Amino acid sequence: MSNVTNVLLCGVGGQGVLLASEVLALVAAEEKAQVKQTEVHGVAQRGGSVVSHLRFGDLVYSPTVRTGTGDILVAFERLEAVRYGHYLKPGGLMLINDIEVMPGQMGEYQPYPTGIIEFLQSKAFKIEEIPATALAKAHGNSKVSSLIILGALSSYLDLSQQAWERVIRKRIPPKLVDINLQAFKVGVEMAQAKAQAAVDRAECN
Amino acid sequence: MTQEAGQRMLMAGNNAIARGAYEAGVYFASGYPGTPSTEILEVISQFSEIKAQWAANEKVAFDEAMGVAMSGKRALCSMKYVGLNVAADSFMVFPFAGTVGGFVVISADDPGMYSSQNEQDNRYFARLAQIPMIEPSDPQEAKDYLKLAYELSEKFSTPVLFRTSMRVSHSKGMVTLGERNEVGEGKSFVKDVPSWVVPIFAKALKAKLDAKLAAISDYVETYQYNRIEKGKGKLGVITSGASYTYTKEILPEASVLKLAVTYPLPKQTILDFCARYDKVYIIEELDSFIEDQIRAWGVTNLSGKDIFPRTGEFSPDVLAKCLFDEQPVNDFSKEFNIISRPPQLCAGCPHRGAYLALKKSGAIVTGDIGCYTLGALPPLGAMHTSFAMGTSVGNAFGFELGGINKVAAVIGDATFIHGGIPSLIDVVYNGGNTTVVILDNSTTGMTGHQEHPATGQTLQGKEAPKLDLVNLVKALGVKHVQVADPFDQKAMLQAINEALANEGPSVVITNRPCIFSRGEKHRPKTPYVIDQDICTQCGACQRIGCPAVLPGEQATIDDVSCTGCSLCAQACKFDAIYLKGE
Repeated sequence: MSNVTNVLLCGVGGQGVLLASEVLALVAAEEKAQVKQTEVHGVAQRGGSVVSHLRFGDLVYSPTVRTGTGDILVAFERLEAVRYGHYLKPGGLMLINDIEVMPGQMGEYQPYPTGIIEFLQSKAFKIEEIPATALAKAHGNSKVSSLIILGALSSYLDLSQQAWERVIRKRIPPKLVDINLQAFKVGVEMAQAKAQAAVDRAECN
Repeated sequence: MTQEAGQRMLMAGNNAIARGAYEAGVYFASGYPGTPSTEILEVISQFSEIKAQWAANEKVAFDEAMGVAMSGKRALCSMKYVGLNVAADSFMVFPFAGTVGGFVVISADDPGMYSSQNEQDNRYFARLAQIPMIEPSDPQEAKDYLKLAYELSEKFSTPVLFRTSMRVSHSKGMVTLGERNEVGEGKSFVKDVPSWVVPIFAKALKAKLDAKLAAISDYVETYQYNRIEKGKGKLGVITSGASYTYTKEILPEASVLKLAVTYPLPKQTILDFCARYDKVYIIEELDSFIEDQIRAWGVTNLSGKDIFPRTGEFSPDVLAKCLFDEQPVNDFSKEFNIISRPPQLCAGCPHRGAYLALKKSGAIVTGDIGCYTLGALPPLGAMHTSFAMGTSVGNAFGFELGGINKVAAVIGDATFIHGGIPSLIDVVYNGGNTTVVILDNSTTGMTGHQEHPATGQTLQGKEAPKLDLVNLVKALGVKHVQVADPFDQKAMLQAINEALANEGPSVVITNRPCIFSRGEKHRPKTPYVIDQDICTQCGACQRIGCPAVLPGEQATIDDVSCTGCSLCAQACKFDAIYLKGE
């Protein structure tokens, strides 16, 4: 089943991980024979850790991704990239929104860990940090950061830009379609600029 | 999005079950919210062709659906697996009579206890009640098998248990839609005392039930949906539900007997299948329900719970580990000393105010099932027991009977209506002094904000008579009834202390709605801020366990999530916390 693409989206409840994974699943449904997506609903609606598994291709049985087989892990928050990193295959791509959301505290105060990116780099993943939240704020609406993240993600997936646009138009409330499409485009352009920069660097070397 | 027959679309298992109810021509659906079943009834409520309603609890839902089925129409009731414990009284007796219209009970199990108080394998209920059970493994089957369940139900005049699990209910997959099949006017209820008055005629009806089960057992031997997928080699697998999908990932070459009906089992089919292979794996989540029955037939070339776990959810990784000793990739977050994100009461949750006061009162608090169960965790730590729906009230009375006096029961509004009322009647009847705190947040919070009899709206959002909890508890005979504001700590503590000191039963009802309830969601909110010049860093505001009070040596308040409830300001002894703009 090598033609199955495995994607994980993770973050903190309230960040829009579930909406983003629904949009991705709908886009995949437009272009692939089979799509499976799963997540855990439960008591940790807000502030808890959230992970969504997505698998699409010709023939997909299990909705859950095996550890060590994810092609791409999209973390809407840095710490969550560490929590679910072991689902990614060796050399797999991590797209990390470069923000830190402090977990709620139950007992003794624990500071937010430092050195996350260095730690993940030591695991030999391909890591792309994206300033989605900052870009969303710069565009006047912090809530569209998840569409910026999806825009960046779209550059790494074999799904057409037309399908993304169709789904965003269908799934997002009409009032918010334009701002979300703009955010998506910001994400696409950011990823393309990063790719170009990588090419330029390679040529310099 | 429009949904037309022939269309292929992405759907979650629960949405597909609801679509199946629509296509099956279901006339009536009832249920009680509970993860992972809640969306089934919510989605059904969007079909105008189906009468759908939330019931006060699962037994009521069952009894209503049963009445509709006896009247000759197709009926459905939907619940979380523990709900079937509540409905079990009727569930066990109805099969003695059978049904007129098709009748399907949906039990959504939660292997792994993602959002549940226990782990329980509800397949035993089908065997206990001697009725057939169907289990889908993905959304397409969830829709199609529900229709099969109605056919089985009507063919044999029996209720059918439709068992789903969290992973089937909450996973999305592609589903091809079909037409609605209006069942039309079929048979109707006919007065016939020996058929329907079960207690008087139970002996004769039990013999009929045994004969019916034998007939169903014969029927499933050739049931086309119990299918064999022939593979290569000498390895066989018997499986069903979500486990089937993991089997196909990990043992793609094995021959698989995929069961749609998991009770009664097709004995001869299974014996023949087992005889054909050197070794047969029984891959089933939770208990050895299928395996035990096959072993009882004398089959020995089996492997099941000798290698697969009896608890927790299966996954492709679990199967690979048990079958091939393939370890899952090491969760390296542990070597990083990652910090967890524990679930906690939301910023602005009114339960927090009740718990802060209860903690100060020093009472032992018997708890119940809802978001407010989180009040047991630090830093609140103000709930000391929790078991099942409605248990808190009887438990509190029991503590008192056992000689412990300062006890309060804490129960939510929906949970009180579901299972607390008879216990409170009992406290009054038997002369208890029990204190009950009803955390009335005007919604069914934990399952995603469903309406209930005291919210004034129906499942479809239509206006409904609003159950008055104050007058209800007064009518039960409780004389000491107080309504208190959990955001006013002084008043809340006073109400609790007075209730605890009162001779005779007492009830305190909190009056702040959930921050996600209809009225609250869009209310403009002014956040609080901390004056860093006055703050002494004593940490009192952080000990109320509010996610909007951000951790750190110097506390700050997140002005996005703060709802302005003022509990942190009341906790501050130095008046360092004030409303923004003041």
